[in-house]
Amino acid sequence: MAAVMPAPAASRILMSGNEAVARAVWEAGVKVAAAYPGTPSTEMLEVISTYPDIYAEWSVNEKVSLEVAIGAAYAGSRAFCCMKHVGMNVASDALMTLTLTGVDGGLVIAIADDVGLSSSQNEQDSRYWGRFAHVPVFEPADSQEAYDMTLAAYVLSEKFQVPVILRMTTRINHVKALVTVGERNAHVGAGFKKDPSRYVMVPGNAGKRIPLMFKRDGELRAEAERSPLNVIEPGSDRRIGFITSGPAYMHVKESFPNAPVLKLGFSCPLPLEKCRELAALVDQAVVVEEVEPLVETELKAQGIAVIGKDILPLQGELAPPVLKPAIARLLGEPVDEAAPAIRPAQIFPRPPTMCVACPHLGVYYTLSQVRNLNISGDIGCYTLGAGHPWQAMDTCVSMGASMGIALGMDKGRGEADKDKRIVAVIGDSTFLHMGMQGLLDMVYNKANVTVLLLDNRAVGMTGGQDNPGNGRDIHGEEAPRIDFVKLVKALGVKEERVHKVNPYELPTLFKTIRDEVKVPDVSVIVTDQPCVLIKDYHKLKPYEVLDDKCTGCGNCLDVGCPAIHVTRRGKEVKGSGREVDLSFVRIESSVCTGCGLCVQPCAPDAIQHYAPVSPITLVKKGCSA
Amino acid sequence: MSGTTNILVVGIGGQGVMTATEILAEAAIALGHDAKKTEVAGMAQRGGVVSSHLRFGPRVLSPQIAPGEADVLLAFEAAEGLRWMHMLRPGAAALVNDSRFVPPVVELGLYDYPSDPVGQMKAGGRRVVSFDATTIAQGLGDIRLGNTVMLGAIADQLPFSADVLLDCVLKRFQRKGEKVVALNRQAFESGRAAVGAAEAAIA
Repeated sequence: MAAVMPAPAASRILMSGNEAVARAVWEAGVKVAAAYPGTPSTEMLEVISTYPDIYAEWSVNEKVSLEVAIGAAYAGSRAFCCMKHVGMNVASDALMTLTLTGVDGGLVIAIADDVGLSSSQNEQDSRYWGRFAHVPVFEPADSQEAYDMTLAAYVLSEKFQVPVILRMTTRINHVKALVTVGERNAHVGAGFKKDPSRYVMVPGNAGKRIPLMFKRDGELRAEAERSPLNVIEPGSDRRIGFITSGPAYMHVKESFPNAPVLKLGFSCPLPLEKCRELAALVDQAVVVEEVEPLVETELKAQGIAVIGKDILPLQGELAPPVLKPAIARLLGEPVDEAAPAIRPAQIFPRPPTMCVACPHLGVYYTLSQVRNLNISGDIGCYTLGAGHPWQAMDTCVSMGASMGIALGMDKGRGEADKDKRIVAVIGDSTFLHMGMQGLLDMVYNKANVTVLLLDNRAVGMTGGQDNPGNGRDIHGEEAPRIDFVKLVKALGVKEERVHKVNPYELPTLFKTIRDEVKVPDVSVIVTDQPCVLIKDYHKLKPYEVLDDKCTGCGNCLDVGCPAIHVTRRGKEVKGSGREVDLSFVRIESSVCTGCGLCVQPCAPDAIQHYAPVSPITLVKKGCSA
Repeated sequence: MSGTTNILVVGIGGQGVMTATEILAEAAIALGHDAKKTEVAGMAQRGGVVSSHLRFGPRVLSPQIAPGEADVLLAFEAAEGLRWMHMLRPGAAALVNDSRFVPPVVELGLYDYPSDPVGQMKAGGRRVVSFDATTIAQGLGDIRLGNTVMLGAIADQLPFSADVLLDCVLKRFQRKGEKVVALNRQAFESGRAAVGAAEAAIA
């Protein structure tokens, strides 16, 4: 994306939390911003990359992105790094020692927790990193606060020479609300000041930094006690008071407008005196926090009487429908069981599907046709291969885990699995993120695993971001492009065990997989067709089903393309006397892009290029909202 | 919170649900309201369920609409309307595009698509207005006009004039030229008319 003219100061704009943080990062005069895409954090860096005067990059993983930001902050510039919650697991190695060196230029790390699991493999609470790494944590409750707190975080970061975590959740990152923006203030870095006792963390030096870190903890706690980000709103109904943070604050205010509230914006180190003050003000104090009982546990350890996860769930968002009945029960009030007035209808689920003509369809269709496989999967669009109709992925844990898990499945195989073939499936970006090391480990330790490296030239699941595999940088400009075949050979995979295959050519793909799984060695099969949502993909002539030729065999449905629809069902008694179900189909030709995957398993040749009887109405670009 | 209007827009990833909600938010903001818009989208880009919440009024706190508290439900697909029907408050209206988008799990025979989703919605005791936005859009020459048809459909169910919403819709297409603006105006009016006709039929 090209740089655009940023909206003028004092504009009031409808912004997502991500957009608000990006704006504040620009206004704060940040010089370097780095990230790896991950829902719900991705748009922060996407938007930052549109602002002028900031170096922005997609890094290969979160650890590298944090290290890039650390380097810029060491150099005296303001720096920014963002990631989803699980990204910090990867980056934490750097964080845990960064806390000892501290920073010179301000460094803010925005972590987006996927509370409610809209698009993640777990639901972890990033506020723990504040305690673990002894760094301050800010928790905005909406877009305006995300903007304000980002600016405040840079001031705090430089005052205490400490990185600041901006803890967000999906309900901040992806909610749009009004934000009043300000001016950009240029920040000029002082340059890197060589100081090995501070920046070279060997035991002798690190040991001297640890007491400084604990001293800083005390100073930060005092700062939190007087911070305007931690406010007691006295309220008028003193039966119950709340200690809360993040989006849960909005839910509390919505549900109990007259209750006293301590709103924690600067929640780590915890301002204990403020918490005591709130507790003293009310009959009962309830901690409402998403998601772990962190504040609650700390307060209970201090002897402050609070209620928390005793009455609230340990998982998911604490929205009004959760809060209201829990508090009503605590007060001994009748719970309004009547609402909602009608029960939710019990209908079919609509899980996410792969796109029409997605190159992964060919891979999973083929894997579903090969018997005797245990398939170690990974994180990306292709995780959907675990679902119907393919059911061709057996594990999904963390980025790059398909490699190590496949190796462990191979070495740890039980008697029942002695004839099973182990396959690992990983995408291009995930491979570059954390898969390369696992592949090297497989080669070094002589694994018997076939790796499918699905190179679709994009970080597909997060919206098709560029990566080192497609030769474009964050601005879409030309960048060096990694050659996956050369890369895996360099990691030690034998020349004859590396194959590049077009995933739309099913017979070749089938034969390659079937042959390679039989070889007791590490093989890598690279599929090389682009994601259908990026500009590298070119549509072909669509197909249609000739109704009179369709026999209802349903083979095409096994491909799993969402453009194929069942028109009618039937039953047929085979010569053997076995009754089989028939599904007669049609192709939605208006969305078909002619990949030809469904044509290949069609037994009666009933799928042919679409030949409209009347001229097609050309779809004009940009005609609707 | 009193004085807050809750609009729930639902459909399937890729239908333009979030854009439609954003345009509704812009209209509310243009009138000086505070507004918050949020999605329960999941991996919705991949054809999953999308429900987009818009709340506006003097000051909006929680961005989420609680079950039984939506003032209007705008459903881009019939079964999705049924899925979210319980979100409506008693007496509130659902405006439903009566065309069906059948997901692969139904095509594979794992689940059934409800035989009469709109009928089932009506049986719930809410005011249900159905129309075929997809066919209307196709009739105007581009299926993607469906989004504007849907915005036209909700235009007379809002606590502000339809013209404010129409302005916000057309602003989006200004740089695409006169012809596109005219087509969208037509789509918007067709959506309004379809709801008007359906309501007259109910009455």
